Amino acid sequence: MYDLIIIGAGPAGITASVYAARKRMNFLVITKDIGGQTAWSGNIENYTGYQFISGPELTAKFEEHMKKYNIDLKENEQALALERKENSILVKTDKGKYETATLIIASGKTSKELGVPGEKEFKNRGLTYCATCDGPLFTGKDVAVVGGGNSALDAALQLVKIARRVYIINIADNLTGDAIMQEKVNSSKKVSILNNTRITSIFGDKMVKGIKIEKKDKEESLAVEGIFVEVGLKPNSAFARGIDINENGEIKVNCRNETNIPGVFAAGDVTDVVEKQIIIAAGEGSKAALGAFRYLSRKR
Amino acid sequence: MDNKVKIYSIPTCPYCIRAKQFLKENNIPFEDVDVSENQEAAQEMIDKSGQMGVPVLDINGEIVTGFDKDRISQLLGL
Repeated sequence: MYDLIIIGAGPAGITASVYAARKRMNFLVITKDIGGQTAWSGNIENYTGYQFISGPELTAKFEEHMKKYNIDLKENEQALALERKENSILVKTDKGKYETATLIIASGKTSKELGVPGEKEFKNRGLTYCATCDGPLFTGKDVAVVGGGNSALDAALQLVKIARRVYIINIADNLTGDAIMQEKVNSSKKVSILNNTRITSIFGDKMVKGIKIEKKDKEESLAVEGIFVEVGLKPNSAFARGIDINENGEIKVNCRNETNIPGVFAAGDVTDVVEKQIIIAAGEGSKAALGAFRYLSRKR
Repeated sequence: MDNKVKIYSIPTCPYCIRAKQFLKENNIPFEDVDVSENQEAAQEMIDKSGQMGVPVLDINGEIVTGFDKDRISQLLGL
């Protein structure tokens, strides 16, 4: 049995693992990927100590720091369910079962889907959730960004450098991203902003050929070869049944990162912590690890 | 057997970085094709894999889409 299992290896999970290693806990990290949302971020200019660093570079730094300690890491593995036992927690994954005295859930958030016909069929066939990764494949093409917040504007600004035309499909009256980004988007001749507009379906043959959009009950087609979905995020908390969540699906934690189940802690973007930032997730991860360590010391 | 490994990637794509790291850790030599700079190679990747996501790995003629560690290990006999 492990002292601790950490689910997730974004800023929260990695920081928790560094703290757990330094406390010489016997622990395991289970994660789908390394870096979480940080790995997908473009430019980061607000992580103290780095005036400017890219998401993949900061992820590499995090990983290097974690791997300095000899950590038991299960990558490409996904937690599916938790089972509460008398004095332990059983974590079931797509590859096995592990028993632990304490648990830190740091599974982060992933992109929300559109939920329109054609989305599943055309995923990676013109439709993508990551402008940073797949954007360069759309050089010289007409593309649509769906969303109106910061991540949508960030995607649009990355795409204006390479695409021929960028349509922003925004369901609200106005864009909601930061003013500084809105100004940049507005000043680009390549960008067309379609407010009060909803995407209703995606069409094509082998690859995407276009989208159907609806504005004030009027439907029309828009020919695009790329669709970038940036409609927000959802917490990866579905596997954690029995743990209290808020109306957004975020795991409820107190200021000590404790959940409603003794011995189960949570940290970072999967929780209802105020503000979602890399530096906050990292700090929350350290609090959760110290909390788990203290919990275990008291019990033994 | 000598493995012939080609990876179609984009510098900013995290799974491309992970896949290349994984190959390096296992001392597998590979040819890295940056499809963000090379439209012809991008089309070659799309034709081979039938999709547009990166990374795509060509391992001795077998196509792997995404950083599918288990399948990559299996094809390389790791």
